[in-house]
Amino acid sequence: MAVKIRIPTPLQRMTQGKEEVEGKAGTVIDLINDLDAKYPGIAERISEGGKVRRFVNIYVNEEDIRFLQAEQTPVKDGDEVSIIPAIAGGSII
Amino acid sequence: MIDKFMIIPQYIFHEMLAHCRAGYPNEACGILAGKCNEVSRIYKMTNTEKSSVNYFMDSKEQFQVMKDIRANNIKMLAIFHSHPSSAAYPSAKDISLAFYEDSVYIIVSLMDKEPVTKAFSIKGGDIKEVEVVVK
Ligand SMILES: [Zn+2]
Repeated sequence: MAVKIRIPTPLQRMTQGKEEVEGKAGTVIDLINDLDAKYPGIAERISEGGKVRRFVNIYVNEEDIRFLQAEQTPVKDGDEVSIIPAIAGGSII
Repeated sequence: MIDKFMIIPQYIFHEMLAHCRAGYPNEACGILAGKCNEVSRIYKMTNTEKSSVNYFMDSKEQFQVMKDIRANNIKMLAIFHSHPSSAAYPSAKDISLAFYEDSVYIIVSLMDKEPVTKAFSIKGGDIKEVEVVVK
């Protein structure tokens, strides 16, 4: 068993169309960096300087990592990690 | 992926407008889901910014909706939000934050007496209008 990572549609082009990929247990930031080894460029879309980007939400199972230990949140085999770009905008500038 | 037109059932279209009006004077937002280019479900979402010029969809609600969409074997076809006092056209912020290139971005302008609804595909800063067929 591994960690299940759900890839959002905007990033599926980088994972050859895969909606789900597997990762190794560790921390969220390790998971992102490992993902980048397999799918170069993906980490930069999710994080910047070791921090998850403001407009990206990451859930470990049912919890937003911002309410856990953020990038250092541990993930173990069997966990499901969802990467979800935020939906936001505005009406001026 | 929708590039020319999308179909929205009348009752969903009206629910979308009602949700935008209910949020006035703040921006309101939501998701339309369905199959191919036909919408079958609306998710009315919370704008956590509570602002008349910005929106940020409640991320926990968004997470739940993504799961519901998967469970129902449908797709997120469109993301809608209102422009309480400007035209139905993507702002620079809308364009820079349009991460979901496979979804259509619908904007409901409430600046005039009657709401004006327009839909756009936004890809890499390239904006194309998509026709909305209400039936
Ligand atoms: Zn906008």
